[in-house]
Amino acid sequence: MSRPSGRLLLLSLAVVVSVIRQAASPQAVLGQAAEGPIVVASKPFAESYILAETFAQLLESHGYAVDRRPGLGMTEILMQALIAGDIDVYPEYTGTGLAAVLGETVAGDAVSVFNRVSEVFEARWDLRWLPPLGFENTYAMAMRREAADSLGLNSLSGLAAHAPGLAGGFSPDFIGRADGLDGLAAAYAIRFRATRSLMQAIKYQALAEGAVDVIDAYSTDGAITRYDLAVLADDRGFFPPYDAAPLVGGALYEDRPDAVLALNRLAGRIGVEAVRQANERLEVEGWPVAEVAAALLAEIGLADAPAAITDAAEQGDPSAAGTPSTERGRRDRSLAGTLVALPGHMWDNRSYLVRQIGRHALLVLTSLGSAILVAIPAGLMLERRRALAGSAIRLAGILQTIPGIALLAFMIPVLGIGVAPAVAALFLYSLLPILRNTYTGIIEAAPDAVAAGRALGMTELQLLQRIRLPLAAPVIMAGVRTAAVINVGTATLAAFIGAGGLGDPIVSGLALSDPVMILSGAVPAAALAVLVDWALGGAEAVVAPRGVAEGRR
Amino acid sequence: MALIEIDGAVKRYGTAVALDGVSLRVEARECLALVGESGSGKTTLLRTINRLTELDRGRVLVRGDDVNATDPIRLRRSIGYVQQDGGLIPHWTCAANASLVPGLLGQQDAAGRGVRGLAAVGLDPEVFADRYPRELSGGQRQRVAIARAVAAGPDILLMDEPFGALDAITRAEAQDTFLALRASAGVTAVFVTHDVAEAMRVATRIAVMRAGRVTLEAPARDLVRRATGYAAELLDKAGVTA
Repeated sequence: MSRPSGRLLLLSLAVVVSVIRQAASPQAVLGQAAEGPIVVASKPFAESYILAETFAQLLESHGYAVDRRPGLGMTEILMQALIAGDIDVYPEYTGTGLAAVLGETVAGDAVSVFNRVSEVFEARWDLRWLPPLGFENTYAMAMRREAADSLGLNSLSGLAAHAPGLAGGFSPDFIGRADGLDGLAAAYAIRFRATRSLMQAIKYQALAEGAVDVIDAYSTDGAITRYDLAVLADDRGFFPPYDAAPLVGGALYEDRPDAVLALNRLAGRIGVEAVRQANERLEVEGWPVAEVAAALLAEIGLADAPAAITDAAEQGDPSAAGTPSTERGRRDRSLAGTLVALPGHMWDNRSYLVRQIGRHALLVLTSLGSAILVAIPAGLMLERRRALAGSAIRLAGILQTIPGIALLAFMIPVLGIGVAPAVAALFLYSLLPILRNTYTGIIEAAPDAVAAGRALGMTELQLLQRIRLPLAAPVIMAGVRTAAVINVGTATLAAFIGAGGLGDPIVSGLALSDPVMILSGAVPAAALAVLVDWALGGAEAVVAPRGVAEGRR
Repeated sequence: MALIEIDGAVKRYGTAVALDGVSLRVEARECLALVGESGSGKTTLLRTINRLTELDRGRVLVRGDDVNATDPIRLRRSIGYVQQDGGLIPHWTCAANASLVPGLLGQQDAAGRGVRGLAAVGLDPEVFADRYPRELSGGQRQRVAIARAVAAGPDILLMDEPFGALDAITRAEAQDTFLALRASAGVTAVFVTHDVAEAMRVATRIAVMRAGRVTLEAPARDLVRRATGYAAELLDKAGVTA
């Protein structure tokens, strides 16, 4: 008996592997084929979206096909994707490369920092820094003006004395990096009363409402003037120069020199004022990303293929920007305004949302289906080898305690970015509930009836088919239901590694401080989870055998 | 030739000795009761007959054939078996439960055999055929278990404390049913019980077991007269006196 179940397990594994391979192949091809589209990615915040879209439109105007991956992830994920060849270019900052990636401290001026990262990135990973775009986006510690004035603060060295009475709110990125909060605290001997991790999207609002007293801002943020904030001077020169520049993979650099030349046309052309205005248009005025980038290119005199650009911008075609479009005009950020705007926004972006729902369902069905194919035979096999059951279920339990975003990150070195690592992570996540319920369902299925059936001459297969599986079916189905609901929720995180789905508008919305966009992903995702729970709850009742529980049929 | 023949049966579980050289013969149409306290080896011995337990040493012949040379599935289907908790399949009706073995054997009219089995244990098929086990009383469930054991018409019936969980009145009724069934079908039975009084009521012959050995073997009607030592103690405890 154990042999056939072992073979069954191997067979299911083979099916899973081939499913993942197939899901992975389009992504794998993108980075490698010299004639395929150029993959342009960005970090999940507004400025990075704009710069990446600017790169994309410029490349398209030079006749290249572009695959956009906006908001793909933070520095670590983008670096890995670039090294793996899954993406070709994304906007990065020299100071980030120096401090966060290389772990080095500030050494000299902007030019020496650029030279240092150029040299090391090429030698170590075959990555190239193209010439800087012409503006710096450094960190700036910002406070409410009246708070800074009442404490008489205008520099970071003055902050140390007052920090123990203040609460800081910083982006997770800033808290985690060497050139971030820890380095700052050491350089200026600053200790805050409390520090909170806040997404870019809500940081300014939290400061304005007094929930925190100090935040990390970017020097190019339009919000600094909009909220009339006081910026504390970096009087000890702690922050390295943060020159923005395209960071390019070795394959693109060597195989497509014309594309690199096209990107180099941006060198030194984008000034800090132009970026601040672009950020303001996207974050405050609610222009679609494609329009902001087109306007930026026009303003710096590089809109040399206007037809293609305005087409994309005028239609507000989400595929052009990779993100859903937004109505032009100032946003009403109140709850009521958000809820009123939601149905219209969802209707305007219906084809995009339907596509993301389809993608979400694909992620869930593929990973859940594979998990069912593996975990149910594995659970049945464990019944024959009960000594192994404890450790196998514990192992699946450990997999499930890994936070979703961490599990997704672990997948990138193995499977790259996109659908394949997301499906693999969701697959691992779904194993435990199904495995555990199959095993306990089979073990607890009327053991006395199994003993009697065996004594009367039923074969092990007959015991399984006629007694154990029918009695365990509702328990197994409950495990599938649990796995499915977890899966639908966790799949929203897949957008962080470029797999799309309903997390896509959520990630974009967080990056662009757009609550309507966030809800346009969150509401369908929640509805999908409720629907799946309800449908599988019904399935549980259907597979429950007659005669066992009261009130069933 | 005895229908069941056990020679020098030895069975160990680790260092514990469950059977320590047991030899017994069961003749056709008799009912042998195996009596003893928990751990005496009586259930282990019963289970060697349909090869649910395999011996370390010794052999078991059923109808003259060594059970180790017989396909265990075919052997079990040819022998009725009733356990203490009934072990009815919970999502099958009484009729489906009762016709299990005829179905496994591919007998003609398996369903009809199940229904006749129910009738044979005093359950009106009109009332009980479509009921599920959870809708029955404990006594009714044990009757269905007996119906299931005899529906295919086996010549041997193994009973493992079949009425141990029933209250006194229900137990007496179940014993009557068993006696009536044996009287009409003439089936050979091995009946495990820790209750000496029950053994004396249902069996034709009794073997008293202790620590994996048979300490006394006697016709049921002679047991009280021949009991000495441990067997006499057991009788004493059960309140059975000469």
